[in-house]
Amino acid sequence: MIDSKEIKNITKLTPNKADFFKASSKNHSGKERFSKICESIEESIKRSGLKDGMTISFHHAFRGGDKVLNVVMDIIAKMGFKDLTLASSSLASVHDPLIEHIKNGVVTQIYTSGLRSKLGEAISKGLMEKPVQVHSHGGRVHLVKSGELNIDVAFIGVPVIDRFGNATGYKGRSKCGSLGYAMTDARYAKYVVAISESLEEYPSFPASITQDQVDSIVLVDEVGDPSQIGEGATRMTTNPKELLLARRAARVIVNSGLFKNGYSLQTGTGGASLATTIFLSEKMEEENITASFGLGGITGTMVYMLKRGQIKTLLDVQSFDEFAAKSLGENLNHIEISANQYANPSSKGAAIKQLDVVVLSALEIDINFNVNVLTGSKGILRGASGGHCDTAAEAKLSIIVAPLTRGRIPTIVNRVNTIITPGNTVDVVVTDQGVAVNPKNIELKQRLKKAGITVVEIEDLYKKAIKICGKPKPINYSDKVVATIRYRDGSVLDVVKALA
Amino acid sequence: MSKIKKRAHAGTLESSDAFIEIEPIEEDKIKIELQSSVEEMYGDDIRELIKKVINELDISHISVKVQDKGALDYVIKARLQAAILRANDDEKIKWDKL
Repeated sequence: MIDSKEIKNITKLTPNKADFFKASSKNHSGKERFSKICESIEESIKRSGLKDGMTISFHHAFRGGDKVLNVVMDIIAKMGFKDLTLASSSLASVHDPLIEHIKNGVVTQIYTSGLRSKLGEAISKGLMEKPVQVHSHGGRVHLVKSGELNIDVAFIGVPVIDRFGNATGYKGRSKCGSLGYAMTDARYAKYVVAISESLEEYPSFPASITQDQVDSIVLVDEVGDPSQIGEGATRMTTNPKELLLARRAARVIVNSGLFKNGYSLQTGTGGASLATTIFLSEKMEEENITASFGLGGITGTMVYMLKRGQIKTLLDVQSFDEFAAKSLGENLNHIEISANQYANPSSKGAAIKQLDVVVLSALEIDINFNVNVLTGSKGILRGASGGHCDTAAEAKLSIIVAPLTRGRIPTIVNRVNTIITPGNTVDVVVTDQGVAVNPKNIELKQRLKKAGITVVEIEDLYKKAIKICGKPKPINYSDKVVATIRYRDGSVLDVVKALA
Repeated sequence: MSKIKKRAHAGTLESSDAFIEIEPIEEDKIKIELQSSVEEMYGDDIRELIKKVINELDISHISVKVQDKGALDYVIKARLQAAILRANDDEKIKWDKL
């Protein structure tokens, strides 16, 4: 016998009223019975229920070729919305028109990984009341999952889509490759608008963004400018300083103790980093070493190594050039991963936790190994946090590659303008004037010395830089905070102040 | 104290170089006009350096216009000295003074 108390405690059940599946929705006229497709972006915004004060999001897979954010923001502004929080996974120089929307009160708060160009400059001069929240790629997912960054409406630009919302990035005219950052928004936003330029027949699988995540779909003429999406053809740098840095970085990796069959690697874009991959590839061939996976922003060089069997698998959260974007659709072992699978510290499985070596660049490195990749020498926001602090913290070996000086600007400084990556997560700094090893890595330092690599103290690099350039006058900041640097776990690592 | 004879220039507008133009003026002073890509960090240092180089060569009544593209001190010094030598049509350069 069931106790009557137990029944009372069960959630109230409702009897079937037979209208759950209305007969009227079943017509046989051949007409679409339910359509996610909106006539216009306005219509999708109306359907989304967007209100003043809400949070909207975008992704940055189209990089400098993005044709979604500005168009949507113009329409949102025209529709009269105010006081929105804009959460784009990053912002490029193409997004300078946001300045007007900030001035007009349409956008009052920004979450982003990067800020550049006129927008970065304007914000550095105090354009916004509320400081911009600068997060890493992994940290953004953490902010979303922990509830701080509550996305009400995500506007997700995709190269191709079917009528029910299955979308991919590696096909079409504006192919961007991996939609790793958009995948997070598609999963966690309350309402998802997918914006595309190309409609495929249903069902279009495999899909990166899937039908169960998309509320409405808008078809536009173009979501991206193909010439600006990729960073162009993958070319070997001819800059002798960069080649020297790359060769040195490759030597550090080869002699680190991690360079053996099945090791894993992440490198960024940029001359020295790209060239490091090429020098490593040569060394791997020589010593018959295969990498288990390559991670992160994937470039054509990595794809080349995949095709030659030097890397077994590519885990791709963002495809940096058209070779990578294409390869994602062509090579079975080129795998698309979400930002959560890439770098979120609170994820059940971020690939960076399996990573051996990461090669990163820097605007500034200080004598405590702290790295700045966000603010320039004049204190202006002109970079991106990206996956820098995520990978540095988790990879077994994090290598920062940078010239000692750039023109008259010292790269090795006493104290970085802005800390993005804390020094205790940085293992080695490779410069054209020698390699500095973080003092905590006693064994590694010995290994590199033994291999004949010029190992120097970072303080000596700093002194050398100052001797060449002179001691720079400190930047004149005001007290107003214009950006808050959020570490990957959401904590505040540093702040950027307005220029005086 | 001596004056320079005529207008002269030295250097280029390439990155890490400086383009320097000098000319004689009526007033007994060193007039400096500096445009620098590193003004915020090194502008004051560069002005000091220019004054020092001119004083060392014992010159007055001069206007110096510098377009600096992040040149290091020794580049700026060399460019300025070259301009001064050109302005004086110096045949016999006193190398020990440079």
